[in-house]
Amino acid sequence: MLEVRELAVSYGMVRALDEVSLTVDQGSITAVLGANGAGKTTLLRTVNGLVRPRSGSVLLDGTDITRLPVEEVVRLGLAHVPEGRGVITELTVQDNLRLGVLWRNRRERRALQSTGLDEVYALFPALAERRARLAETLSGGERQMLAIGRALMTRPRLLLLDEPSLGLAPRVTAQILAVLRELRERQGLTVLLVEQNARSALSVADHGVVLNLGRVVASDAAASLATADDLRHAYLGF
Amino acid sequence: MYFINLTLGGVSSGIVYAAVALALVLIWRATRIVNFAQGGMLMITTFVALGVIDATGSYWLGLLAALVSGFVLGAVVERVLVRPIENGPPMNAVIVTLGLLLFLQAVAGMVWGGSPRSFPPLLGIKGFTVGDARLLLSPSDLFVIGAVLVVMALLVLLFRVTPVGLRMRAAAFSPEVARMFGVRVGRVLTLGWALAGAVGALAGVLVAPATFVGPNQFDAVLVFGFAAAVVGGLDSPPGAVVGGLVVGLTLSYVSGYLGSEVALLGALAVLMTVLMIRPNGLFSRTSVRRV
Repeated sequence: MLEVRELAVSYGMVRALDEVSLTVDQGSITAVLGANGAGKTTLLRTVNGLVRPRSGSVLLDGTDITRLPVEEVVRLGLAHVPEGRGVITELTVQDNLRLGVLWRNRRERRALQSTGLDEVYALFPALAERRARLAETLSGGERQMLAIGRALMTRPRLLLLDEPSLGLAPRVTAQILAVLRELRERQGLTVLLVEQNARSALSVADHGVVLNLGRVVASDAAASLATADDLRHAYLGF
Repeated sequence: MYFINLTLGGVSSGIVYAAVALALVLIWRATRIVNFAQGGMLMITTFVALGVIDATGSYWLGLLAALVSGFVLGAVVERVLVRPIENGPPMNAVIVTLGLLLFLQAVAGMVWGGSPRSFPPLLGIKGFTVGDARLLLSPSDLFVIGAVLVVMALLVLLFRVTPVGLRMRAAAFSPEVARMFGVRVGRVLTLGWALAGAVGALAGVLVAPATFVGPNQFDAVLVFGFAAAVVGGLDSPPGAVVGGLVVGLTLSYVSGYLGSEVALLGALAVLMTVLMIRPNGLFSRTSVRRV
């Protein structure tokens, strides 16, 4: 579904991504792992059109989306849960969710807004109780749920998730990852997930890619990565 | 009775400052720029309204012309002058908007001459009478208050209920996240300036019967509108309204009880008091965030 080919990104003199290639299969969860500064966030931001690569390309179902501005990418079925979640704290929970259908035309919006809200609230009952509250009153876990719910409101074919576990209690992380797993099973959602917390990410992923200093150092089935001792010690820290 | 009259006078002038403040707030929220040219823009649109009224004899056509030309002028200013400097240092925007103010005043002077012209009110300006006493409130004042309140209600609806309003709020609070969800932030900013242009144009037409129309006739309105916006806390539309009323009432009371020559000092005192107690304005949310 998603194909990243020899992507290179530089911030000034700093090379953030160096010839990174990977593929994400339809209906799979792919986890990109690596330490701080490995280029994980840059990878997602480049796929999403927020960062322009120096070279290389990003293909979504065979269509080149490398130079597409971020505003257009959502229209092709790509939704992003950014680093730090990107919840707009000055808006209510429901308005944050409504952002997910804003790009649609009036007719589609009418048709999808209320069913989308119902689905998200069914998935995350904690959000339903707080729908009229400002998002700034939410806990970290609830904000993560809101960010994921908002991305799901766009009815994405591919969900990009940046460090969902960051700052969350292990129990909350497990809960959120379980929801991803469920969505994959039930709706065939495809997920590209970026994580520092390799152990929990590999527990839900089908495929894992390890980045180090902007380069792919390993790419394999999640189960094999989780048991490759040398890799775990060198890059994954568990 | 005297107190009541001062209050009525304060409210009806304050509501105009509120409208100007609202225009400034719309632009501040969208682009973090204080639009010093607002006074010049609403001066031009009021001249346009006057021209249309003279030509057609219809106040309503004049008002419509002002709103439309304000909307267009706001959009053009954003696209042509503000867009190139949006990401530059804030001082650039200050210089550009001040420069635009001077430019518009000079153009108006060349086109329409420097001497102020009178502007017809829609309704009578003779105060209502209660018993023998004459109130400092005329049908025209009621129209002014009503018009501003209607526009404010429409803006609240726009922001709270419509998808366009949600786009504008999202783009103001978090442009990057808004873009991720398909909001074309550039267009939204243009719309913000256009709306501000229209709201400013309304204020110009409403205040013109009192101030007359001329290149520099609206300077005081801009200053008081600015004070109102700051008192309310630049970020908040309800704050702009309250700020406008506070400034209007203060000016009215101070000039009524202490003499009109110290009215400006009264406005300054209010501004300073508010800024010392709540440096971000009455209605701002605190800018301190927990990390």
